[in-house]
Amino acid sequence: MNPSMLWSTCTRVLLQLRSDPRSIALILVVPAVLLALVYWLYQNETLAPGMPRTFDRVGLMMLGIFPFVVMFLLTSITMLRERTSGTLERLLSTPLHKADLLFGYALAFSIMAAAQALVATGTAYWVFGMAIAGNAGWVVLISVLTAVLGVALGLLCSAFAHTEFQAVQFMPVVVIPQILLCGLFVARDQMNSVLEVISNVLPLSYAVDGLQQVAQSSSPTSQLVWDLVVVAAFVLAGLLLASLTLRRRTA
Amino acid sequence: MSHRAQMPAPEPPFAPVPADPSGTHGPISVSVEGLRVCRRGVAVLANISCNIPQGRITGLLGPSGSGKTTFMRALVGVQKITAGTLTVLGRPAGDPQNRHDVGYVTQAASVYRDLSVLENVNYFGSVHGSSRQDAKAVLASVGLSVLANRKARNLSGGEFSRVSLACALVGKPALLVLDEPTVGLDPVLRADLWAQFAAMAEEGTTLLISSHVMEEASHCQTLLLLREGLLLAQLTPDQLRQRGETDDLELAFLRLIQGTPTETAEVASAAEGEDAR
Repeated sequence: MNPSMLWSTCTRVLLQLRSDPRSIALILVVPAVLLALVYWLYQNETLAPGMPRTFDRVGLMMLGIFPFVVMFLLTSITMLRERTSGTLERLLSTPLHKADLLFGYALAFSIMAAAQALVATGTAYWVFGMAIAGNAGWVVLISVLTAVLGVALGLLCSAFAHTEFQAVQFMPVVVIPQILLCGLFVARDQMNSVLEVISNVLPLSYAVDGLQQVAQSSSPTSQLVWDLVVVAAFVLAGLLLASLTLRRRTA
Repeated sequence: MSHRAQMPAPEPPFAPVPADPSGTHGPISVSVEGLRVCRRGVAVLANISCNIPQGRITGLLGPSGSGKTTFMRALVGVQKITAGTLTVLGRPAGDPQNRHDVGYVTQAASVYRDLSVLENVNYFGSVHGSSRQDAKAVLASVGLSVLANRKARNLSGGEFSRVSLACALVGKPALLVLDEPTVGLDPVLRADLWAQFAAMAEEGTTLLISSHVMEEASHCQTLLLLREGLLLAQLTPDQLRQRGETDDLELAFLRLIQGTPTETAEVASAAEGEDAR
Protein backbone atom coordinates (compact mmCIF):
# COMPACT_ATOMS: atom_id res chain seq x y z
CA MET A 1 0.00 0.00 0.00
CA ASN A 2 1.16 3.46 -0.88
CA PRO A 3 -0.44 6.31 1.11
CA SER A 4 -0.02 8.90 -1.63
CA MET A 5 -1.68 6.68 -4.26
CA LEU A 6 -4.44 5.84 -1.80
CA TRP A 7 -4.96 9.53 -1.13
CA SER A 8 -4.96 10.51 -4.79
CA THR A 9 -7.54 7.78 -5.47
CA CYS A 10 -9.63 9.12 -2.60
CA THR A 11 -9.48 12.71 -3.89
CA ARG A 12 -10.23 11.52 -7.41
CA VAL A 13 -13.40 9.76 -6.22
CA LEU A 14 -14.43 12.87 -4.25
CA LEU A 15 -13.79 15.07 -7.29
CA GLN A 16 -16.00 12.78 -9.38
CA LEU A 17 -18.68 13.05 -6.75
CA ARG A 18 -18.39 16.84 -6.70
CA SER A 19 -19.47 16.99 -10.32
CA ASP A 20 -22.65 15.10 -9.45
CA PRO A 21 -24.87 17.22 -7.17
CA ARG A 22 -27.61 14.61 -7.17
CA SER A 23 -25.37 12.01 -5.55
CA ILE A 24 -24.27 14.54 -2.96
CA ALA A 25 -27.92 15.27 -2.22
CA LEU A 26 -28.61 11.56 -1.99
CA ILE A 27 -25.85 11.24 0.58
CA LEU A 28 -26.44 14.33 2.68
CA VAL A 29 -30.10 15.30 2.35
CA VAL A 30 -32.11 12.16 1.62
CA PRO A 31 -31.45 10.31 4.92
CA ALA A 32 -32.47 13.38 6.92
CA VAL A 33 -35.64 13.76 4.84
CA LEU A 34 -36.52 10.07 5.25
CA LEU A 35 -35.96 10.45 8.95
CA ALA A 36 -38.45 13.32 8.97
CA LEU A 37 -40.88 11.01 7.19
CA VAL A 38 -40.48 8.39 9.92
CA TYR A 39 -41.03 11.09 12.54
CA TRP A 40 -44.29 12.27 11.00
CA LEU A 41 -45.39 8.66 10.53
CA TYR A 42 -45.46 8.19 14.31
CA GLN A 43 -46.46 11.74 15.15
CA ASN A 44 -50.01 10.89 16.22
CA GLU A 45 -49.33 7.79 18.28
CA THR A 46 -50.73 7.76 21.78
CA LEU A 47 -48.23 6.78 24.43
CA ALA A 48 -48.74 5.43 27.89
CA PRO A 49 -46.89 7.66 30.38
CA GLY A 50 -43.19 6.71 30.65
CA MET A 51 -43.21 4.76 27.36
CA PRO A 52 -40.50 5.80 24.86
CA ARG A 53 -41.69 7.10 21.50
CA THR A 54 -41.63 4.62 18.60
CA PHE A 55 -39.61 7.21 16.71
CA ASP A 56 -36.83 6.92 19.27
CA ARG A 57 -36.59 3.21 18.47
CA VAL A 58 -37.30 3.15 14.72
CA GLY A 59 -35.66 6.47 13.87
CA LEU A 60 -32.51 5.36 15.65
CA MET A 61 -32.34 2.14 13.64
CA MET A 62 -32.86 4.17 10.48
CA LEU A 63 -29.67 6.07 11.32
CA GLY A 64 -27.89 2.76 10.75
CA ILE A 65 -29.94 1.50 7.82
CA PHE A 66 -30.08 4.55 5.52
CA PRO A 67 -26.30 5.02 5.26
CA PHE A 68 -25.93 1.32 4.49
CA VAL A 69 -28.46 1.42 1.65
CA VAL A 70 -27.27 4.72 0.16
CA MET A 71 -23.58 3.81 0.18
CA PHE A 72 -24.22 0.32 -1.17
CA LEU A 73 -26.07 1.79 -4.11
CA LEU A 74 -23.54 4.54 -4.82
CA THR A 75 -20.50 2.34 -4.49
CA SER A 76 -21.73 -0.55 -6.55
CA ILE A 77 -22.67 1.75 -9.43
CA THR A 78 -19.48 3.81 -9.21
CA MET A 79 -17.27 0.74 -9.14
CA LEU A 80 -19.21 -0.86 -11.97
CA ARG A 81 -18.65 2.24 -14.07
CA GLU A 82 -14.97 1.91 -13.27
CA ARG A 83 -15.04 -1.67 -14.53
CA THR A 84 -17.05 -1.04 -17.69
CA SER A 85 -15.38 2.20 -18.78
CA GLY A 86 -11.99 0.49 -19.07
CA THR A 87 -10.45 2.74 -16.44
CA LEU A 88 -10.14 -0.19 -14.05
CA GLU A 89 -8.18 -2.25 -16.56
CA ARG A 90 -6.03 0.78 -17.23
CA LEU A 91 -5.39 1.34 -13.53
CA LEU A 92 -4.47 -2.30 -13.05
CA SER A 93 -1.81 -1.92 -15.75
CA THR A 94 -0.20 0.89 -13.71
CA PRO A 95 1.82 0.66 -10.49
CA LEU A 96 -1.35 1.37 -8.48
CA HIS A 97 -1.88 -1.35 -5.89
CA LYS A 98 -5.33 -2.94 -5.63
CA ALA A 99 -5.49 -2.04 -1.94
CA ASP A 100 -4.79 1.61 -2.79
CA LEU A 101 -7.76 1.56 -5.11
CA LEU A 102 -10.19 -0.20 -2.77
CA PHE A 103 -9.18 1.65 0.36
CA GLY A 104 -9.13 4.90 -1.63
CA TYR A 105 -12.75 4.23 -2.49
CA ALA A 106 -13.56 3.17 1.05
CA LEU A 107 -11.90 6.30 2.49
CA ALA A 108 -13.62 8.68 0.08
CA PHE A 109 -17.05 7.24 0.79
CA SER A 110 -16.28 7.06 4.52
CA ILE A 111 -15.63 10.80 4.50
CA MET A 112 -18.99 11.31 2.82
CA ALA A 113 -20.55 8.82 5.24
CA ALA A 114 -19.23 10.77 8.21
CA ALA A 115 -20.80 13.96 6.83
CA GLN A 116 -24.01 12.04 6.23
CA ALA A 117 -24.05 10.62 9.75
CA LEU A 118 -23.50 14.08 11.26
CA VAL A 119 -26.36 15.57 9.27
CA ALA A 120 -28.77 12.69 9.96
CA THR A 121 -27.91 12.33 13.63
CA GLY A 122 -28.00 16.10 14.11
CA THR A 123 -31.46 16.17 12.53
CA ALA A 124 -32.67 13.34 14.74
CA TYR A 125 -31.43 15.01 17.92
CA TRP A 126 -31.99 18.69 17.38
CA VAL A 127 -34.99 18.77 15.06
CA PHE A 128 -36.92 15.75 16.28
CA GLY A 129 -35.65 15.64 19.84
CA MET A 130 -34.54 12.02 19.79
CA ALA A 131 -33.95 10.86 23.35
CA ILE A 132 -31.72 7.84 24.00
CA ALA A 133 -29.60 6.82 26.97
CA GLY A 134 -26.20 6.56 25.28
CA ASN A 135 -23.86 9.14 23.79
CA ALA A 136 -24.67 10.49 20.31
CA GLY A 137 -21.02 9.95 19.35
CA TRP A 138 -21.64 6.19 19.34
CA VAL A 139 -24.61 6.69 17.03
CA VAL A 140 -22.43 8.63 14.59
CA LEU A 141 -19.72 5.99 14.80
CA ILE A 142 -22.18 3.17 14.06
CA SER A 143 -23.71 5.15 11.17
CA VAL A 144 -20.28 5.61 9.62
CA LEU A 145 -19.47 1.95 10.13
CA THR A 146 -22.66 0.76 8.43
CA ALA A 147 -21.99 3.20 5.59
CA VAL A 148 -18.55 1.67 5.17
CA LEU A 149 -20.19 -1.75 5.31
CA GLY A 150 -22.37 -0.63 2.40
CA VAL A 151 -19.22 0.51 0.57
CA ALA A 152 -17.47 -2.82 1.10
CA LEU A 153 -20.46 -4.91 0.00
CA GLY A 154 -21.08 -2.58 -2.93
CA LEU A 155 -17.49 -2.93 -4.13
CA LEU A 156 -17.82 -6.70 -3.86
CA CYS A 157 -21.22 -6.97 -5.57
CA SER A 158 -20.15 -4.78 -8.47
CA ALA A 159 -17.85 -7.61 -9.53
CA PHE A 160 -20.86 -9.80 -10.24
CA ALA A 161 -22.76 -7.28 -12.33
CA HIS A 162 -22.15 -6.52 -15.98
CA THR A 163 -24.45 -3.53 -16.32
CA GLU A 164 -25.74 -0.82 -14.02
CA PHE A 165 -29.15 -2.47 -14.26
CA GLN A 166 -27.71 -5.70 -12.88
CA ALA A 167 -25.93 -3.76 -10.13
CA VAL A 168 -29.22 -2.26 -8.98
CA GLN A 169 -30.72 -5.77 -8.93
CA PHE A 170 -28.48 -6.56 -5.98
CA MET A 171 -30.52 -4.16 -3.84
CA PRO A 172 -33.46 -6.55 -3.28
CA VAL A 173 -31.11 -9.52 -3.00
CA VAL A 174 -28.43 -8.19 -0.65
CA VAL A 175 -29.94 -5.18 1.07
CA ILE A 176 -33.65 -5.78 1.66
CA PRO A 177 -33.29 -9.17 3.44
CA GLN A 178 -30.88 -7.52 5.85
CA ILE A 179 -33.39 -4.75 6.55
CA LEU A 180 -36.17 -7.28 7.12
CA LEU A 181 -34.11 -9.45 9.43
CA CYS A 182 -32.08 -6.86 11.32
CA GLY A 183 -34.62 -6.49 14.14
CA LEU A 184 -36.43 -3.45 12.80
CA PHE A 185 -39.79 -5.16 12.32
CA VAL A 186 -39.54 -8.08 14.73
CA ALA A 187 -37.00 -8.38 17.52
CA ARG A 188 -34.45 -10.97 16.49
CA ASP A 189 -34.97 -13.21 19.54
CA GLN A 190 -38.68 -13.46 18.67
CA MET A 191 -38.08 -14.72 15.10
CA ASN A 192 -38.43 -18.40 14.27
CA SER A 193 -35.16 -20.20 14.70
CA VAL A 194 -34.31 -20.42 10.99
CA LEU A 195 -34.72 -16.70 10.48
CA GLU A 196 -32.84 -15.97 13.69
CA VAL A 197 -29.88 -18.02 12.48
CA ILE A 198 -29.91 -16.20 9.14
CA SER A 199 -30.20 -12.89 10.95
CA ASN A 200 -27.17 -13.84 13.05
CA VAL A 201 -24.93 -14.07 9.99
CA LEU A 202 -26.05 -10.78 8.43
CA PRO A 203 -23.86 -7.78 9.29
CA LEU A 204 -26.64 -5.19 9.46
CA SER A 205 -28.17 -7.11 12.41
CA TYR A 206 -25.09 -6.30 14.46
CA ALA A 207 -25.12 -2.64 13.50
CA VAL A 208 -28.78 -2.34 14.53
CA ASP A 209 -28.12 -4.27 17.73
CA GLY A 210 -25.29 -1.85 18.49
CA LEU A 211 -27.67 1.08 18.08
CA GLN A 212 -30.13 -0.59 20.48
CA GLN A 213 -27.31 -1.03 22.99
CA VAL A 214 -26.56 2.69 22.76
CA ALA A 215 -30.24 3.47 23.24
CA GLN A 216 -30.52 1.34 26.37
CA SER A 217 -27.44 2.16 28.41
CA SER A 218 -25.59 5.36 29.03
CA SER A 219 -22.15 3.75 29.11
CA PRO A 220 -20.87 1.50 26.31
CA THR A 221 -21.65 -2.17 26.95
CA SER A 222 -19.40 -5.05 26.05
CA GLN A 223 -22.05 -6.22 23.61
CA LEU A 224 -21.79 -2.86 21.82
CA VAL A 225 -18.06 -3.34 21.42
CA TRP A 226 -18.65 -6.87 20.14
CA ASP A 227 -21.23 -5.56 17.63
CA LEU A 228 -18.74 -2.99 16.34
CA VAL A 229 -16.02 -5.61 16.01
CA VAL A 230 -18.33 -7.93 14.03
CA VAL A 231 -19.38 -5.18 11.62
CA ALA A 232 -15.76 -4.09 11.17
CA ALA A 233 -14.81 -7.71 10.44
CA PHE A 234 -17.52 -7.87 7.75
CA VAL A 235 -16.15 -4.64 6.25
CA LEU A 236 -12.62 -6.04 6.09
CA ALA A 237 -13.83 -9.37 4.71
CA GLY A 238 -15.86 -7.53 2.06
CA LEU A 239 -12.89 -5.42 1.00
CA LEU A 240 -10.62 -8.45 0.96
CA LEU A 241 -13.03 -10.46 -1.20
CA ALA A 242 -13.51 -7.42 -3.45
CA SER A 243 -9.75 -7.21 -3.94
CA LEU A 244 -9.78 -10.83 -5.09
CA THR A 245 -12.23 -9.88 -7.83
CA LEU A 246 -9.78 -7.31 -9.21
CA ARG A 247 -7.66 -9.30 -11.61
CA ARG A 248 -4.71 -7.72 -13.32
CA ARG A 249 -4.72 -10.53 -15.86
CA THR A 250 -7.97 -11.62 -17.47
CA ALA A 251 -8.88 -14.12 -20.16
CA MET B 1 -4.60 4.74 -59.94
CA SER B 2 -1.39 4.10 -61.73
CA HIS B 3 0.40 1.69 -59.44
CA ARG B 4 -0.05 -1.15 -61.93
CA ALA B 5 2.22 0.63 -64.36
CA GLN B 6 5.06 0.72 -61.85
CA MET B 7 4.91 -2.98 -61.17
CA PRO B 8 8.01 -4.93 -62.15
CA ALA B 9 6.50 -7.21 -64.75
CA PRO B 10 7.19 -10.97 -64.67
CA GLU B 11 8.94 -11.54 -61.34
CA PRO B 12 7.79 -14.18 -58.82
CA PRO B 13 4.76 -12.98 -56.85
CA PHE B 14 6.53 -12.96 -53.49
CA ALA B 15 9.98 -11.82 -52.53
CA PRO B 16 11.84 -14.20 -50.20
CA VAL B 17 11.40 -13.47 -46.49
CA PRO B 18 14.36 -11.36 -45.37
CA ALA B 19 16.70 -12.80 -42.76
CA ASP B 20 15.89 -10.05 -40.28
CA PRO B 21 12.22 -9.36 -40.86
CA SER B 22 12.09 -6.40 -38.54
CA GLY B 23 14.36 -4.62 -40.95
CA THR B 24 16.47 -3.34 -38.08
CA HIS B 25 19.60 -4.38 -36.32
CA GLY B 26 19.24 -2.29 -33.19
CA PRO B 27 18.32 -3.28 -29.66
CA ILE B 28 15.12 -5.22 -29.05
CA SER B 29 12.43 -3.90 -26.73
CA VAL B 30 9.97 -6.76 -26.86
CA SER B 31 10.62 -10.33 -27.81
CA VAL B 32 7.80 -12.78 -28.35
CA GLU B 33 8.31 -16.51 -28.72
CA GLY B 34 5.60 -19.00 -29.50
CA LEU B 35 2.83 -16.85 -28.03
CA ARG B 36 -0.47 -18.66 -27.97
CA VAL B 37 -3.71 -17.38 -26.49
CA CYS B 38 -6.86 -19.48 -26.37
CA ARG B 39 -10.21 -18.17 -25.27
CA ARG B 40 -12.95 -20.73 -24.59
CA GLY B 41 -10.95 -23.33 -26.48
CA VAL B 42 -10.56 -21.17 -29.59
CA ALA B 43 -7.08 -19.98 -30.48
CA VAL B 44 -7.14 -16.19 -30.68
CA LEU B 45 -3.41 -16.03 -31.26
CA ALA B 46 -1.54 -19.04 -32.56
CA ASN B 47 2.20 -19.45 -32.15
CA ILE B 48 3.39 -15.90 -32.66
CA SER B 49 7.10 -15.10 -32.62
CA CYS B 50 8.54 -11.69 -33.34
CA ASN B 51 10.80 -8.94 -32.06
CA ILE B 52 9.88 -5.31 -31.59
CA PRO B 53 12.82 -2.95 -32.04
CA GLN B 54 13.55 -0.31 -29.47
CA GLY B 55 12.98 3.35 -30.23
CA ARG B 56 10.94 2.59 -33.35
CA ILE B 57 7.33 2.68 -34.36
CA THR B 58 6.01 -0.80 -34.97
CA GLY B 59 2.66 -1.07 -36.70
CA LEU B 60 0.34 -3.94 -35.80
CA LEU B 61 -1.97 -4.37 -38.74
CA GLY B 62 -4.74 -6.73 -39.57
CA PRO B 63 -8.47 -6.94 -40.13
CA SER B 64 -10.95 -6.67 -37.26
CA GLY B 65 -10.87 -9.78 -35.13
CA SER B 66 -7.37 -10.77 -36.19
CA GLY B 67 -6.08 -10.65 -32.60
CA LYS B 68 -4.45 -7.23 -32.52
CA THR B 69 -5.94 -6.19 -29.20
CA THR B 70 -5.26 -9.58 -27.61
CA PHE B 71 -1.63 -9.34 -28.72
CA MET B 72 -1.31 -5.89 -27.18
CA ARG B 73 -2.99 -6.97 -23.97
CA ALA B 74 -0.56 -9.87 -23.73
CA LEU B 75 2.42 -7.51 -24.03
CA VAL B 76 0.99 -5.19 -21.39
CA GLY B 77 0.46 -8.19 -19.13
CA VAL B 78 -3.30 -8.00 -18.67
CA GLN B 79 -4.05 -11.01 -20.88
CA LYS B 80 -3.86 -14.60 -19.68
CA ILE B 81 -1.74 -16.50 -22.15
CA THR B 82 -1.88 -20.20 -22.96
CA ALA B 83 1.72 -20.74 -24.01
CA GLY B 84 4.83 -18.88 -25.07
CA THR B 85 7.34 -16.45 -23.68
CA LEU B 86 6.96 -12.69 -23.73
CA THR B 87 9.93 -10.60 -22.73
CA VAL B 88 9.06 -6.93 -22.42
CA LEU B 89 11.85 -4.46 -21.61
CA GLY B 90 13.97 -7.37 -20.40
CA ARG B 91 11.35 -8.67 -17.99
CA PRO B 92 8.48 -11.13 -18.35
CA ALA B 93 5.29 -9.42 -19.53
CA GLY B 94 3.20 -8.23 -16.62
CA ASP B 95 6.21 -7.92 -14.29
CA PRO B 96 5.33 -5.35 -11.59
CA GLN B 97 8.30 -3.20 -12.64
CA ASN B 98 6.86 -2.99 -16.14
CA ARG B 99 3.77 -1.25 -14.81
CA HIS B 100 5.96 1.83 -14.45
CA ASP B 101 7.47 1.54 -17.89
CA VAL B 102 4.67 0.35 -20.17
CA GLY B 103 1.91 2.74 -21.19
CA TYR B 104 -1.27 1.26 -22.62
CA VAL B 105 -4.03 3.16 -24.38
CA THR B 106 -7.08 0.99 -24.96
CA GLN B 107 -9.19 1.25 -28.06
CA ALA B 108 -12.14 2.80 -26.26
CA ALA B 109 -10.83 5.88 -24.50
CA SER B 110 -10.67 4.93 -20.83
CA VAL B 111 -10.82 8.14 -18.83
CA TYR B 112 -13.20 9.46 -16.20
CA ARG B 113 -15.95 11.35 -17.98
CA ASP B 114 -16.97 13.24 -14.86
CA LEU B 115 -13.49 14.65 -14.23
CA SER B 116 -11.85 17.55 -16.01
CA VAL B 117 -9.08 16.92 -18.52
CA LEU B 118 -6.40 18.06 -16.09
CA GLU B 119 -7.86 16.04 -13.19
CA ASN B 120 -7.77 12.91 -15.35
CA VAL B 121 -4.15 13.38 -16.35
CA ASN B 122 -3.24 14.35 -12.81
CA TYR B 123 -4.72 11.19 -11.36
CA PHE B 124 -3.07 8.83 -13.84
CA GLY B 125 0.14 10.81 -13.32
CA SER B 126 -0.09 10.43 -9.56
CA VAL B 127 -0.15 6.63 -9.77
CA HIS B 128 3.18 6.93 -11.60
CA GLY B 129 4.45 9.42 -9.05
CA SER B 130 4.58 12.35 -11.45
CA SER B 131 3.71 15.92 -10.53
CA ARG B 132 1.07 18.46 -11.54
CA GLN B 133 3.69 20.16 -13.70
CA ASP B 134 4.23 16.92 -15.62
CA ALA B 135 0.49 16.69 -16.22
CA LYS B 136 0.39 20.21 -17.61
CA ALA B 137 3.40 19.58 -19.83
CA VAL B 138 1.76 16.45 -21.25
CA LEU B 139 -1.47 18.33 -21.93
CA ALA B 140 0.50 20.94 -23.82
CA SER B 141 2.20 18.23 -25.87
CA VAL B 142 -1.11 16.78 -27.05
CA GLY B 143 -2.57 20.24 -27.64
CA LEU B 144 -5.15 20.12 -24.88
CA SER B 145 -3.90 22.96 -22.65
CA VAL B 146 -6.81 25.21 -23.52
CA LEU B 147 -9.27 22.47 -22.56
CA ALA B 148 -7.56 21.60 -19.27
CA ASN B 149 -10.53 22.54 -17.11
CA ARG B 150 -13.21 21.14 -19.40
CA LYS B 151 -15.06 18.03 -18.21
CA ALA B 152 -14.03 15.04 -20.28
CA ARG B 153 -17.66 14.18 -21.10
CA ASN B 154 -18.04 17.54 -22.89
CA LEU B 155 -15.19 16.91 -25.32
CA SER B 156 -15.41 15.87 -28.95
CA GLY B 157 -14.41 12.34 -29.91
CA GLY B 158 -10.94 13.35 -31.03
CA GLU B 159 -10.26 15.45 -27.94
CA PHE B 160 -11.54 12.64 -25.76
CA SER B 161 -9.13 10.09 -27.19
CA ARG B 162 -6.27 12.57 -26.84
CA VAL B 163 -7.05 12.79 -23.11
CA SER B 164 -6.75 9.02 -22.99
CA LEU B 165 -3.40 9.28 -24.75
CA ALA B 166 -2.23 12.01 -22.38
CA CYS B 167 -3.09 9.78 -19.42
CA ALA B 168 -0.65 7.19 -20.78
CA LEU B 169 2.06 9.69 -21.73
CA VAL B 170 2.14 11.24 -18.27
CA GLY B 171 3.82 8.09 -16.88
CA LYS B 172 6.71 8.64 -19.34
CA PRO B 173 6.61 5.02 -20.56
CA ALA B 174 9.58 3.40 -22.28
CA LEU B 175 7.12 1.28 -24.25
CA LEU B 176 3.87 2.79 -25.41
CA VAL B 177 1.16 0.42 -26.63
CA LEU B 178 -1.62 2.18 -28.53
CA ASP B 179 -4.72 0.36 -29.70
CA GLU B 180 -6.07 2.12 -32.79
CA PRO B 181 -5.26 5.62 -31.51
CA THR B 182 -6.20 7.40 -34.73
CA VAL B 183 -9.62 5.86 -35.35
CA GLY B 184 -12.26 8.53 -35.83
CA LEU B 185 -9.81 11.42 -35.91
CA ASP B 186 -9.77 13.99 -38.66
CA PRO B 187 -6.83 13.98 -41.12
CA VAL B 188 -5.15 17.03 -39.57
CA LEU B 189 -5.21 15.53 -36.11
CA ARG B 190 -4.01 12.17 -37.42
CA ALA B 191 -1.03 13.82 -39.07
CA ASP B 192 -0.28 15.70 -35.83
CA LEU B 193 -0.40 12.53 -33.80
CA TRP B 194 1.85 10.60 -36.16
CA ALA B 195 4.34 13.47 -36.04
CA GLN B 196 4.22 13.27 -32.28
CA PHE B 197 4.71 9.51 -32.31
CA ALA B 198 7.71 9.96 -34.58
CA ALA B 199 9.17 12.54 -32.20
CA MET B 200 8.70 10.18 -29.27
CA ALA B 201 10.39 7.35 -31.14
CA GLU B 202 13.23 9.76 -31.90
CA GLU B 203 13.65 10.30 -28.17
CA GLY B 204 13.92 6.55 -27.61
CA THR B 205 10.36 5.49 -26.80
CA THR B 206 9.28 2.23 -28.35
CA LEU B 207 5.81 2.41 -29.85
CA LEU B 208 3.49 -0.39 -30.85
CA ILE B 209 0.49 1.00 -32.70
CA SER B 210 -2.38 -1.04 -34.06
CA SER B 211 -4.54 -0.01 -36.95
CA HIS B 212 -6.70 -1.49 -39.62
CA VAL B 213 -6.10 1.46 -41.91
CA MET B 214 -3.22 0.44 -44.12
CA GLU B 215 -2.20 3.92 -45.20
CA GLU B 216 -1.05 4.46 -41.61
CA ALA B 217 1.48 1.69 -42.13
CA SER B 218 3.69 4.11 -44.03
CA HIS B 219 4.33 5.98 -40.76
CA CYS B 220 5.75 2.84 -39.15
CA GLN B 221 9.28 1.56 -39.38
CA THR B 222 8.32 -2.06 -39.11
CA LEU B 223 5.01 -3.86 -39.56
CA LEU B 224 3.46 -6.92 -37.98
CA LEU B 225 0.72 -8.31 -40.18
CA LEU B 226 -1.87 -10.38 -38.37
CA ARG B 227 -4.67 -12.42 -39.78
CA GLU B 228 -6.95 -14.77 -37.85
CA GLY B 229 -4.48 -15.02 -35.00
CA LEU B 230 -1.52 -15.82 -37.22
CA LEU B 231 1.45 -13.57 -37.79
CA LEU B 232 1.66 -13.49 -41.58
CA ALA B 233 4.81 -11.46 -41.84
CA GLN B 234 7.05 -8.96 -40.14
CA LEU B 235 8.47 -6.51 -42.61
CA THR B 236 9.07 -2.87 -43.43
CA PRO B 237 6.54 -0.85 -45.44
CA ASP B 238 8.94 -1.00 -48.38
CA GLN B 239 9.16 -4.75 -48.17
CA LEU B 240 5.38 -4.91 -48.06
CA ARG B 241 5.18 -2.84 -51.23
CA GLN B 242 7.68 -5.15 -52.87
CA ARG B 243 5.91 -8.31 -51.83
CA GLY B 244 2.52 -6.97 -52.84
CA GLU B 245 4.02 -5.64 -56.04
CA THR B 246 2.28 -2.32 -55.61
CA ASP B 247 2.89 1.06 -53.97
CA ASP B 248 -0.61 0.91 -52.56
CA LEU B 249 -0.10 -0.53 -49.06
CA GLU B 250 -3.78 -1.40 -48.77
CA LEU B 251 -3.66 -3.45 -51.93
CA ALA B 252 -0.30 -4.96 -51.02
CA PHE B 253 -1.74 -6.06 -47.69
CA LEU B 254 -4.84 -7.51 -49.33
CA ARG B 255 -2.70 -9.49 -51.71
CA LEU B 256 -0.61 -10.76 -48.86
CA ILE B 257 -3.43 -11.81 -46.54
CA GLN B 258 -5.44 -13.38 -49.28
CA GLY B 259 -2.49 -15.65 -49.53
CA THR B 260 -2.85 -18.24 -52.27
CA PRO B 261 -1.61 -17.32 -55.75
CA THR B 262 -5.02 -17.77 -57.40
CA GLU B 263 -6.64 -15.43 -54.90
CA THR B 264 -3.83 -12.98 -55.42
CA ALA B 265 -4.48 -13.14 -59.12
CA GLU B 266 -8.16 -12.48 -58.52
CA VAL B 267 -7.38 -9.45 -56.41
CA ALA B 268 -5.01 -8.25 -59.09
CA SER B 269 -7.56 -8.64 -61.83
CA ALA B 270 -10.22 -6.98 -59.72
CA ALA B 271 -7.86 -4.08 -59.23
CA GLU B 272 -7.22 -4.09 -62.94
CA GLY B 273 -10.93 -3.85 -63.58
CA GLU B 274 -11.06 -0.86 -61.27
CA ASP B 275 -8.17 0.73 -63.12
CA ALA B 276 -9.95 0.33 -66.41
CA ARG B 277 -12.99 2.20 -65.14
